[in-house]
Amino acid sequence: MAISSQRSSDGSRSYSLYLIPGAIGFILIVLIPQLANLALSFTAWKGVGTPRPVGLQNYHRLLTDDQFWGSMYHTLLFIVSMTVIPVCIGLLLAALLFDYVRDQFGEWVSSFFRAGFYLPQILPVTVAGVLWGWILNPVGVINITLKAIGLDNLAQNWIGDATYALAAVSLVIVWIQVGYCLVVFMAGLSRIDPSLYEAAELDGANWWSRLVTITIPLLAPEIFVVVLTTLIAALKVFAPIFVITAGGPDNATLVPSYLTYYHFFTTQRVGYAAAIAVVQTTLTIALAVIFLRFQSQQEAKE
Amino acid sequence: MAYSVLSDGTTKAKATAVADRARRDPMRWVVLAILILLLAFTLFPFFLALLNAVKASAEYAVGGPLSIPRSIDLTAIEKFWTVSDFSRKLLNSVVISLAVSVLGVLISLFNAYAIGVGKVPGSRVILVVFLLGIMVPQESIIYPLYYMAKASGLYDTQLSVIIIFAVLQSAFGTYLLSTVLSTFPKEILEAAEMDGSTHWKTLWFVVVPVLRPTLMVLGTFFFIWTWNEFLIPLVMLVSNNNQTVSVAMGLTRGQNMSDPVLQASAAFLGIIPTVIFFLIFQRTLTRGIAAGAVK
Repeated sequence: MAISSQRSSDGSRSYSLYLIPGAIGFILIVLIPQLANLALSFTAWKGVGTPRPVGLQNYHRLLTDDQFWGSMYHTLLFIVSMTVIPVCIGLLLAALLFDYVRDQFGEWVSSFFRAGFYLPQILPVTVAGVLWGWILNPVGVINITLKAIGLDNLAQNWIGDATYALAAVSLVIVWIQVGYCLVVFMAGLSRIDPSLYEAAELDGANWWSRLVTITIPLLAPEIFVVVLTTLIAALKVFAPIFVITAGGPDNATLVPSYLTYYHFFTTQRVGYAAAIAVVQTTLTIALAVIFLRFQSQQEAKE
Repeated sequence: MAYSVLSDGTTKAKATAVADRARRDPMRWVVLAILILLLAFTLFPFFLALLNAVKASAEYAVGGPLSIPRSIDLTAIEKFWTVSDFSRKLLNSVVISLAVSVLGVLISLFNAYAIGVGKVPGSRVILVVFLLGIMVPQESIIYPLYYMAKASGLYDTQLSVIIIFAVLQSAFGTYLLSTVLSTFPKEILEAAEMDGSTHWKTLWFVVVPVLRPTLMVLGTFFFIWTWNEFLIPLVMLVSNNNQTVSVAMGLTRGQNMSDPVLQASAAFLGIIPTVIFFLIFQRTLTRGIAAGAVK
């Protein structure tokens, strides 16, 4: 430690030159805009002229804004479709592919399934939106098919009816997210000693009890990371909503990100939009801090 | 000795028994069938898009989305391609994504060199600040960025998007590369220093060649992430000529939406580049995702 700090005392100045481009970029693109947004949240501003300071008025208005609370409530529901369901499906699939399919059918089959389930994850979300919008719209694939097989009364306006829109969008999000969970879990499983499974199997443990007693406890670090990263992503979800429903119908799929975008660029209530973004940022940072703490604990363990 | 041979022998025998039992498990076909069904559900939208993108509109009107096209009709694909000026959008996406991956990797490399090799004081704090900075929602920086871009004349230029994403993504790159560089063998660095190499030369002739595979992975990631980005390009690139594939797709809703075959073609054209990347970089991507999530 002493040696390295001595060495760095003469060398660190020239090394710190390498931080300059990154630091300038960060200050200009992240730090200043972030602070500016915070400052804007205490003003009333139409985007032209000078912002007028209004203190906490925007935040006050937030408390009684049904649209805002509705969007926060939808975020909770999207946490289910972005975190809870994909993590559960991802765990089951990963354990199945790793602990069963690989033994039964070989490595190649297991990798093939992993790749297939992963594909929706790397599609641009807007493309996924076009694709599913086409499937879910009133004259879309689902309704045409339902009518063709005589189930006319099951056909719904999936994305245009407030009753079904949230579920329809959730389905798309689950479809997108499962691959991410699966891939991380399978990578985590590859560091688990297969003899553990053999021993458990010799003791007569069936596949389910192996999942509960071996896979889930040993995958705890990956599960934690995936849960946190998907929670953070759920707070920020924007593109699927923009493309599939634009927050509608009747605000049924409105989320904070879309509300912010709407107020920034449509109603031009910049200060109010900034306040929503600040709330969202605060929640995200809280989650991110937990995430970073966890990662440094993991590093300390190694 | 005898005991260990024996126990070793029985373990092996038992293991083979387990393996044999596993091989003969009659459930395996049921499990495989379920997995195939699930995979079919996952991939069905892709298949549907392909099936209908190459269908004649008249045929869709008669046979619906599930009928197998009797002949390959590329009219709708051509139409969407022309209407959306898809070649232009592809070129824009490629230019922006490539520029971001090169610039982003360069910034990440410089930062990580200072942090991982130079052990610049406070590097832990710098890393945390970088990471927190990019974890926050883009909504919280979009309006000031929009305003700054307008003030500086960079609004509606691809350069604005390139700079923004190079900086945002370099935070992750810095994080990844500094963990790699902090374990870089000291002897090599010291040997280079003894030979009178400057920091600059050491970076390019010693560190970069060793890091090349990691840098390539990082570049691939930046490329695909940038390709898929939506909000910032949506706000910054308003004119049709500057838009990316992702933005063009996001704005397709409402336009052309009355023609289902045209919609399928739009989706199909959006999917193709992704599938190409996927086939080329599948291993890199799946490994990298995991590396990114858990160090």
